[in-house]
Amino acid sequence: MRARPRLLGLGLAVGLAVPPAAGSDLKDLHFGEALYHAHLGEFFDALQRLDVELAQYHGLDEPGLDTLHGHVHDAEFSVGDFELNYRMHHRAGRAIRAVLEGAVDETVRNEAAFRLARIHFQKGQLEDALHALARIEGEVPADIRDDVEFLRANIEIATGRPSEAVDVLARLQGDAGLAGFVAYNLGIALLQDGRPEEAIAQLDRAGQRTAVDRADLAIRDKSNMVLGSILFEANEFERARQSLDRVHLRGPFSNQALLRAGWAEASAERYDRALVPWNILAAREPTDAAVQEAMLAVPHAYARLDLHGRAALGYGRALELYSHQIERVDASIASIREGRFLDALVREETRQDKDWVIRLRRLPDAPETYYLMELMATHEFQTALQNYLDLEDLQARLIGWNAGLEAFEDLIRWRELNYEPLLPDVDARFRELDSRMRLRLEQRDHLGDRLEAMLTAPRPEHLATADELIAGERLTAIEERLGAAEDRASLALRQRVARLRGALTWSLETEYHERLTAAHQHLSELNVHVDALTRQYDAFVRARQAATHSYVGYDVRIERLRERVRDARKRVETLMARQGHMIETVAIHRLNARRNRLVSQQTQARYAVADSYDRAARAGSALEQR
Amino acid sequence: MTRRNRIMGNGAAACVFAVALLFCVGDAHGSDPQDDRRQMRGLDEQVQEIKSDVLGIAEELSRLEEKLLYPSGTQVAIFVALAAGDTMRLDAVRLQVDGRLVAHSIYSAKELEALRKGGVQRIYVGNVSSGSHDLEVRVDGKLENGEDFTRTEQFTFAKEVGPKLVGLTLAGPASPTPIALEDW
Repeated sequence: MRARPRLLGLGLAVGLAVPPAAGSDLKDLHFGEALYHAHLGEFFDALQRLDVELAQYHGLDEPGLDTLHGHVHDAEFSVGDFELNYRMHHRAGRAIRAVLEGAVDETVRNEAAFRLARIHFQKGQLEDALHALARIEGEVPADIRDDVEFLRANIEIATGRPSEAVDVLARLQGDAGLAGFVAYNLGIALLQDGRPEEAIAQLDRAGQRTAVDRADLAIRDKSNMVLGSILFEANEFERARQSLDRVHLRGPFSNQALLRAGWAEASAERYDRALVPWNILAAREPTDAAVQEAMLAVPHAYARLDLHGRAALGYGRALELYSHQIERVDASIASIREGRFLDALVREETRQDKDWVIRLRRLPDAPETYYLMELMATHEFQTALQNYLDLEDLQARLIGWNAGLEAFEDLIRWRELNYEPLLPDVDARFRELDSRMRLRLEQRDHLGDRLEAMLTAPRPEHLATADELIAGERLTAIEERLGAAEDRASLALRQRVARLRGALTWSLETEYHERLTAAHQHLSELNVHVDALTRQYDAFVRARQAATHSYVGYDVRIERLRERVRDARKRVETLMARQGHMIETVAIHRLNARRNRLVSQQTQARYAVADSYDRAARAGSALEQR
Repeated sequence: MTRRNRIMGNGAAACVFAVALLFCVGDAHGSDPQDDRRQMRGLDEQVQEIKSDVLGIAEELSRLEEKLLYPSGTQVAIFVALAAGDTMRLDAVRLQVDGRLVAHSIYSAKELEALRKGGVQRIYVGNVSSGSHDLEVRVDGKLENGEDFTRTEQFTFAKEVGPKLVGLTLAGPASPTPIALEDW
């Protein structure tokens, strides 16, 4: 059944989003950088950066102090979105599941559950999606409230519970952002629920909505297409035509709409009116299947109007077109077999444009792209193509990394050549300086300790100046020379020595506090220099370590990386060959199918042209006879 | 459009939407589409595995590169963001560190859009010694009225032991700080 994938696709169109962290709100530059790459469509780089950032965050002792802390849930959600965008469905959801299992606020947990459900839905794991939605309880953030319900409705439709979906969608009709999708999906849900009259009325409303952007226009066209088909099958040709006439003439559904509008008129035996859409269609891009069908439909209508001459001419033109198109399809198949299809796909300019699929057919010298739009119609084919491009990108990266590893080894070798002769001398000088520095630091510490001790046990003699110390020593020497002599002269000298010592002691005692303060000041001044010296010492130690770390200990790591790169390159090459072959094979299958159809149409046209000429001739002779 | 749909609303979502539309339009031609699909899915699983492995290699390589080329003791990284809601069309940013030209980025429409959506570009990563450094930032752009806009400003930043992250937020002349520097 085709309705389901349509609904899935349309549901995804609304749901896929990345949390915002724009401008001044952003507190983590690395997360912002990951978002920048995501906005550029570089999901590999986005994932790589965010994975590293999250791993670092989760390894922190105090993650609350990290700049990512305020965005961590958005970052976890973004990882899931990036993985989906990079077509890594298996991994997508792991980070979000971690948020869901963690101790987080109710609103964050509910948002995580919604995002997980959406990922399961996109992966086609509908029961898991429902299970995730069932975990939502309590307060749901206002900006996703309707998205949650819309997703719930989509899952219910996809799991065959349309009546529940109808109830949910009916409540969502007021959401301006979802209105087009809700209107269309409600029509489909009513149809699946066995309420055709209500479904037709709903699709009619959806098909007459005012479109404000491309998405609105596409969903409106889609509604009209589906409605037209339902009415056509119900033999309500006039209403079917009215609905199909509303399809935008330049939209992606317009060819099918014109074809069906013509058939609606033809089924009501109004061939003259059927010619209007069919003639418009017949003048369009001749590789389109609807256009090719119109090439037969137009002369068929003329024949039914008894205009056999014009019918014969029309069949003649159809024959010519089919022959030409068969040649083009053959050329396309040959071109694909020569590998030009894949070459065209990997051209850089095709990938710079978001409409690259459409642009491809305009490329010169690429006949294989004539039928590309149809070849690329299925989701699987799109995925295969994107995977091929991703593999090509991975291959380019791996080749670059391999060269990068060689450059790293060169760098390491040059560093080793530079540092090895220098470092022994540097180390020897450092050791000498280090021992001198240690000695001075010990002296400083000793002085500090003594001063500290003097705060509680004053020792004035410790604060004597050098002159005072010399004077004191000289006085002691004089005293020793005087010995125990009792003569007059000695007694007089001893008294003088005692007076001088008293004067010395007086100075030391009375100036003690000033001297102690000065000593502390000097020590503080010394500390400034010691701190500068310590910083310089630390900087040297770091620089010295960095010198060693810049070339020692990388061999094993680089060799291991090189092995991983080599292994990955082999696997990528093998996969690329398989993927490329698969794409070419599928493309050729599809082109062969188109060729068979063209051959069948050519045969029909060949018989019909002969028949029309006969009838025209008979009509002509009948006229002459009359 | 909801707040959360803003970022990728026009990108990935539109792309998926386009795929959905293509899917709807396509005809079910082909000789054995089921078999093709099964094989494609099998390959898709293998592609997902190799992507995961290559991402692992990229992370390891990135750590090695950082350690070898930009050790934390000397690393400085400069980032560029646009002020939220500012309408200036950023054309180019030129950076000089200590008088030496280190980065000159010219912005494509896609890159500008990525910045406008809140992305942050790492415009430069390099090495500087510890201490104070001069940074000159020159911004070229165009205003809404079509006038050219050029602004040059001088800053200083201090490099310490750890990696230095410098964030530049750019805006048009209507802003009180057309070039704002923030240390991280």
